[in-house]
Amino acid sequence: MNPVEIRDATLDYGGFTALHDLNLQLGAGEVLGLLGHNGAGKTTTIKLILGLLRPTRGSVRVFGQSPGDPAARRRIGFLPENVTFYPQLSGRETLQHFARLKGARPAEVDELLEQVGLSHAAQRRVKTYSKGMRQRLGLAQALLGQPQLLLLDEPTVGLDPLATIELYQWLDRLRAKGTGIILCSHVLPGVESHIDRAAILAKGRLLTAGSLAELRRDAGLPVRIRYAGKPDGDWPQHWRSVGHEVAALDGRRLELRVGEERQHEVLSVLLAEQAQELEVLPPSLEDLYRHHMQSAHAGAPA
Amino acid sequence: MNPIWNIARKELADGLRNRWLLAISLLFALLAVGIAWLGAAASGQVGFTSLPATLASLTSLATFLMPLIALLLAYDAIVGEEEGGTLLLLLTYPLGRGQLLIGKFVGHGLILGLATLLGFSAAALAIAVLVPGIPLGQLLGSFGRFILSSCLLGWTFLAMAYALSARASEKSTAAGLALGVWFFFVLLFDLALLALLVIGKGQLSANLLPWLLLLNPTDLYRLINLPDFGSELGGVLTLGRDLSVPVAGLWLALCAWTLAALALAYALFRRRPI
Repeated sequence: MNPVEIRDATLDYGGFTALHDLNLQLGAGEVLGLLGHNGAGKTTTIKLILGLLRPTRGSVRVFGQSPGDPAARRRIGFLPENVTFYPQLSGRETLQHFARLKGARPAEVDELLEQVGLSHAAQRRVKTYSKGMRQRLGLAQALLGQPQLLLLDEPTVGLDPLATIELYQWLDRLRAKGTGIILCSHVLPGVESHIDRAAILAKGRLLTAGSLAELRRDAGLPVRIRYAGKPDGDWPQHWRSVGHEVAALDGRRLELRVGEERQHEVLSVLLAEQAQELEVLPPSLEDLYRHHMQSAHAGAPA
Repeated sequence: MNPIWNIARKELADGLRNRWLLAISLLFALLAVGIAWLGAAASGQVGFTSLPATLASLTSLATFLMPLIALLLAYDAIVGEEEGGTLLLLLTYPLGRGQLLIGKFVGHGLILGLATLLGFSAAALAIAVLVPGIPLGQLLGSFGRFILSSCLLGWTFLAMAYALSARASEKSTAAGLALGVWFFFVLLFDLALLALLVIGKGQLSANLLPWLLLLNPTDLYRLINLPDFGSELGGVLTLGRDLSVPVAGLWLALCAWTLAALALAYALFRRRPI
């Protein structure tokens, strides 16, 4: 049974449609990146899964149950955007309170504090915590009761780069344990190697969803190939004559934009010529995101 | 039941931590002892006068204080959690909105109830020990009635505080509304009733007016605690003499107020968007 099944979910919000016919699935042990601008419907989607909102039409199932169901909620961990806690409680007291509410083992509190690296600050009031420490406490809170579905809303906002990497490593470990994870983000760099699938939302519509390879294939974006070669030589001429875009990078290097299906052909030529400083850059998640945003704007002028 | 108690114990722990419980208990004890011994100072006497006089003064004071303290304690119960960012988190836990509300009510209700019990019992104890020849049975009876009805009055206003807290979108709005509720029930209502009496000059149905007292929990509270003061009652409470409701009915009406306010709070909280 899939942790999340959303079918044709539409949500009207007093004259304004926050989600249009959303279809989204998440399997166990899968990490889904839910990407989009602010107001694209990411948080709304999370709230549907949590049962805080009900779809006007369509259905949402969490572990085969209706989303507000206490049994379903016990299996979900949620980290809200900009998580905050009771300032007057200590980190340990905060976790103890939430552990009781979730029916988690009391021993989990200290285990999780240890795991997120907050043992030393467990007695301190949350008021004195830094943003990064609060985020760690929020993550510990989300992990109470060993959830099989983890919903993280902008978990990296406010984290320093090191803490961000640490968070991603956490996700990798949880995925290996079979936890399904939905990661809402508009921060794209760095996330791509930690997600299995990406879903791109804009204005309440799902633009596309699939693995990175699928998204690349569908988008048909060119691969960028860089190498060192004299821009004034015959090469630019040659590449243009066979239909590739060429640009000089910095007086020494060239950048080619090559359709994915022709990259082998180009690369074998370059390898035969023993080209120096060869780099192959497939379209990044950011490129794909931008591509879909642009075509969404072209398709439906605002 | 368990989620309710988990919420309640946090509220109770907060009440101990920020010393609300201690402060309210002390306030009640000091005021009660002060009134018992100095209440008659205006008429030129110092020292304990009589039990009914002491209770009458205490009742007048608690009519003002109890609603104010209850509203202060609970006006931010829901809107405060939302502004603090914890409401969203709580509602994603295996916990219904009704359970959250009842849990808060139990927690705050215990704080208020304990403080009332501790504060006024201390005063009763002081009277029992320091006033020679006081009839203990009467003391126990009247203070018991006073403490229990004070709790009920406080709980009614707690429930009202949840209702406005569920309705308000900002903490400051909730505070303003709380002040408005206090002003209306404690001051305005009786004035309006008095005005009705004067303007009506008895022409208004004399059978109907006394029943209007049931629409105000603070009037119910005073009627419960001042049963024998018929002629000495000031203002609108004289209407109470024409009210053919037994004392048990007054108690029931006060309980009904608490439940109705809680139901309203739940209805409003359920409709509140997250």
